[in-house]
Amino acid sequence: MFLKQLRTASITILIMSIVTGILYPVIITGLAQLLFPHKANGNFIVHQGKIIGSELIGQQFQSPKYFWSRLSATALFAYNAGASSGSNYGPLSPALQSMVSERIHNLKELDTLNDQPIPVDLVTASASGLDPHISIAAAQYQAERVALTRGMKGQQIQSLIARCTEGRTLGVLGEPRVNVLRLNYALDELQHQSIR
Amino acid sequence: MTANGIIQIFLFLFVLLLAVKPLGSFMTRVFQREKTFLDPFLGPLERLIYRLSGVNPEEEMDWKQNALAMLLFNFLGLIVVYSLQRLQQFLPLNPQGVGGVSPDLSFNTAVSFASNTNWQAYGGETTMSYLTQMLALTVQNFLSAATGIALLILIIRGIARHSSKTLGNFWVDMTRCMLYVLLPLSMVLALFLVSQGVVQNFSPYATVSLLEPTKDTSGSIVTEQVIAMGPAASQIAIKQLGTNGGGFFNVNSAHPFENPTPLSNYFEMLAIVLIAAALCYTYGAMVKDTRQGWALIAAMLIMFIPAVFSMYFAEMNGNPKLPVSAINRQTSNTNPGGNMEGKEDRFGIANSALWTVATTSASNGSVNAMHDSYTPLGGLVALLMMHLGEVVFGGVGSGLYGMLVFVIVAVFVAGLLVGRTPEYLGHKIEAYEMKMASLLILIMPLTVLFFTALAVVTTAGKSAVLNSGPHGFSEILYAFTSQGNNNGSAFAGISVNNPFYNLAGGIAMLIGRYWLAVPTLALAGSLARKKFIPASEGTLPTHTPLFIFWLVAIVLIVGALNFLPALALGPVVEHLLMIQ
Repeated sequence: MFLKQLRTASITILIMSIVTGILYPVIITGLAQLLFPHKANGNFIVHQGKIIGSELIGQQFQSPKYFWSRLSATALFAYNAGASSGSNYGPLSPALQSMVSERIHNLKELDTLNDQPIPVDLVTASASGLDPHISIAAAQYQAERVALTRGMKGQQIQSLIARCTEGRTLGVLGEPRVNVLRLNYALDELQHQSIR
Repeated sequence: MTANGIIQIFLFLFVLLLAVKPLGSFMTRVFQREKTFLDPFLGPLERLIYRLSGVNPEEEMDWKQNALAMLLFNFLGLIVVYSLQRLQQFLPLNPQGVGGVSPDLSFNTAVSFASNTNWQAYGGETTMSYLTQMLALTVQNFLSAATGIALLILIIRGIARHSSKTLGNFWVDMTRCMLYVLLPLSMVLALFLVSQGVVQNFSPYATVSLLEPTKDTSGSIVTEQVIAMGPAASQIAIKQLGTNGGGFFNVNSAHPFENPTPLSNYFEMLAIVLIAAALCYTYGAMVKDTRQGWALIAAMLIMFIPAVFSMYFAEMNGNPKLPVSAINRQTSNTNPGGNMEGKEDRFGIANSALWTVATTSASNGSVNAMHDSYTPLGGLVALLMMHLGEVVFGGVGSGLYGMLVFVIVAVFVAGLLVGRTPEYLGHKIEAYEMKMASLLILIMPLTVLFFTALAVVTTAGKSAVLNSGPHGFSEILYAFTSQGNNNGSAFAGISVNNPFYNLAGGIAMLIGRYWLAVPTLALAGSLARKKFIPASEGTLPTHTPLFIFWLVAIVLIVGALNFLPALALGPVVEHLLMIQ
């Protein structure tokens, strides 16, 4: 009885490993590459033959002329997409306090005229450390700073924010948000064109 | 709470309840070996598997033979996962050249995936090769889920049958579950996830140049970003459906490549509870009284819905310790507000809270936000959902058989109160059943509290915590609660990849899975042997609102009494400090 069951167990493991560990992922990969090649390979934004980033993976911005992304707690450097991580700070953690205070200081320093309270997502670290989005409020908070630094009109900035805003799916699911990399890229593009 | 948030939560529950009957009756057909629309495609493969592995699908086994089959099958699986991790540096499909995994971490991960826990003491993209992810981890995602469901089906037959020695055949139930339920659902979900932006490829990690260079911790300039890749969608689909929860990437379903859009989030959330909820219907259908199944779903929802709203409320109120005047925490259509530390902008508060309750109640363990950064009350709800023994939906299979044990306890206690011999669906509940049921209810809290206490009094245990004070205690309590209940989610600040936590956690997971599964099978074997007693006037009906509330009370009292002191030391103290 024991040996018969052992034999059955071994062979079943072997077959199931082939079916679910090789056939299944390979078939899904084949279909994915056939049906949704852009999505299956990382949603990359390609410009003049060069990959400039993924629409789904955020990047770090520190200069006042760019919209800033959220804080990122990934290892070695912010937005390290080879090692996703949150901060894991508890709500009473002193490290959380100093991280948030430093961020508030950095934002206020570049934007002394702005006395609005800062939207909470802009001073906290995302779960993945790779959040590609900021809230609409966080984009609006930074809009004037970016316009002033770049010498652009507020209206131009607003239309770009609107273009890079993703609403709730079907009007219900998720939260409205702005894709930071796309927005900053569009800003550079627009200024580049007007110089030319 | 916003109107939109409430609508999202109820939309989730509505679609879940719509799916219960169709999927539940399909699974009934699968496990009663009736014809299904998938027979023409899968029938030949099924028969081939039986022929090669020497299974006679007509032959039934008693509970001991079935238990042996399950244990052998899981033990061999565990060895495969262990070996593949140890040897991955010599094997193909390792484009990043990651090294072999340490013995204690390999042990922990092997137990974790075999026992449907999927606790991860490692980060996927930095530790595992593509081959390990597929051939070890994806396979175990399927096998552990199919094992849980097959066990449940055997146990259901124990309740449905009378004067029978056998419960069915583990191999047949497991194979049919795999082929007819898990594989087709996973294929559909995986492809849908790819359409939303979940990656599915075998490419090496991609390098992109940053729009604005940045600096690393040592001050050197970073101009490029290396983006992790891999066959993620195929693993994520089954990790959600099989209540496994082990992420492809370190941050699990918070990673934009693992859960890119609100729509992917919605379906991943549904997948967490879908099969577990539908199995309640299957249960009702197999005992030939679907009211029994709906009654269990009602009891589960009575605990689930208040938990979601408590969590939502706590997270929306946010963290009053952050500089109040400088920050806008007000939720609106343009600002997620609340406690956004460790949450993603595309999900906001409502979807993070709903996911967390779903994943902790259903023994899934995948996360779309970092539980360690939740408010104390939010963290308390997550802990409590696991402390109830993972019976609110629970793991696929294991959640429902856990709930059935509570049903037997509830029937017994009610019988004691009125002084009648308790009976359940035509079975007399006697001393043996009660011994097994008490064992089943006591093992989990004993394991969790023992290991938590051990960690708190040892240097190895204490040195791993990230946050000090009561939150550090919560991190330890959460780690062992999660592993002892085969959940797998974490207060991830704790550094658990060291021999103490890997071994202690591995043992907790083994106990949490197998020491519960085997006595439950024994209980079912004993029920199946009993003669049928027709219902009489004194029989307590087990589908009425009265019984539903009675059952909820039993689950809550047992869960709350066992863990109240521990919860008071962790999240409760922390909450009081926070609002001080």
